[in-house]
Amino acid sequence: MPLYRDEVVVLRTHKLGEADRIVTMLSRQHGKIRAVAKGVRRTASKFGARLEPFMVADAQFYEGRTLDVITQAVSVGAYGPAITSDYGAYTAASAMVETADKLTEDEGSLQQYLLLVGALRSLSRREHGPGLTLDSYLLRSLAIAGWSPSFHDCAMTGAPGPHSAFVVQLGGVVSDEVAPPGAPRLDAATLSLLGALLSGDWSVAEAADERTRSQASGIVAAYAQFHLERRLRSLEHVDRSSPSGAREEQTT
Amino acid sequence: MYEGIVQELIDEFGRLPGIGPKSAQRIAFHILQTESHDTTRLAELLTIVREKVRFCEICGNVTEHETCSICRDPRRSQATICVVEEAKDVVAIERTREFRGLYHVLGGAISPIDGVGPDDLRIRQLMQRLADGTVTEVIIATDPNLEGEATATYLSRLLHQPGLTVSRLASGLPVGGDLEYADEVTLGRAFEGRRLVEN
Ligand SMILES: [Zn+2]
Repeated sequence: MPLYRDEVVVLRTHKLGEADRIVTMLSRQHGKIRAVAKGVRRTASKFGARLEPFMVADAQFYEGRTLDVITQAVSVGAYGPAITSDYGAYTAASAMVETADKLTEDEGSLQQYLLLVGALRSLSRREHGPGLTLDSYLLRSLAIAGWSPSFHDCAMTGAPGPHSAFVVQLGGVVSDEVAPPGAPRLDAATLSLLGALLSGDWSVAEAADERTRSQASGIVAAYAQFHLERRLRSLEHVDRSSPSGAREEQTT
Repeated sequence: MYEGIVQELIDEFGRLPGIGPKSAQRIAFHILQTESHDTTRLAELLTIVREKVRFCEICGNVTEHETCSICRDPRRSQATICVVEEAKDVVAIERTREFRGLYHVLGGAISPIDGVGPDDLRIRQLMQRLADGTVTEVIIATDPNLEGEATATYLSRLLHQPGLTVSRLASGLPVGGDLEYADEVTLGRAFEGRRLVEN
């Protein structure tokens, strides 16, 4: 019976039969794994709790004929409870794992794994607002996948910025010479926030006001939906009203 | 693959929750080999159940009338509502005999990844039931798993209003599990030990 072991973050689960679950995970070394967790819906053991979405675990598997089976799981990062106790964080985390699931359709990568685990940990610790954390995650995960947007130099010609015309299909801001007529224009504050979210510059990101954040969120959502081709179902349910995240309270 | 109608039957069973392709095939062949009056009865029930059974207009529980037997029972306390995900959870809690109030069936849990948000559940109907002030306690008994906990978080925030006590079933229930699988003693204890939700 071939066994293997890896560190995983749980993306989602599906009920299987009477008491089992199929668990979809992103792993450190084996890319995306779909495996069965037996009996987790009715056992009183801690096994099931460790294999809920947003949880990071050190897991052992054996290779089955159709699906692999999880034989052991030791919790490495129990982010689930802290995330579900904040509704805004829960909806943001849902959009993150759905994105990770779609971006790693065939194969995962260590970078995607580390980015997702880092973002979930940050959400669970309430480091930044859930909305900012999600937008930053979306931009960075798309960048790792090869779709890095440009918020300063022209995405088409490389002409040095700043530019204000933003075209999702062209990969970011474009100079006026190549901008199609009627292209939406972004103000400097929104572009600066977007750049900060992509590079992880939190002091700049958290200084942004609500209006700028909302503009940037719209751009990030459009950019993500375009590249993922299929609609991200979680995105429309993201709750941006919950006042968590230290700086958001100060700005109100 | 089987020919025509047999394969259609297998496919149809395979669409049912918890039934894989092998089980679907087993059930289909069981039906093919059963005495005909048994399957006639099954076919009749399937038709009648869709015609007769509906959801209680007040609480969302299954019933053959406009309202369910629990909502119609005058001996049940009108001051307490226990919120559950599915009608089968009502059955599980009734078995414990710990609860004498009313229920509210949400019809699921909030799960953005499955496209289920608060507006897709019977949350608005719950708020309407609370409007006249008769209800003074709401017990949230969603499943002790991720979606259930998140739904409880959402409801606690929404139900934060004067004159209303909100509590959540005590832990001790198997985490990651379904409420319907909790045994009666554990579930009864979870009711007794329910904790107040602080906002
Ligand atoms: Zn009823």
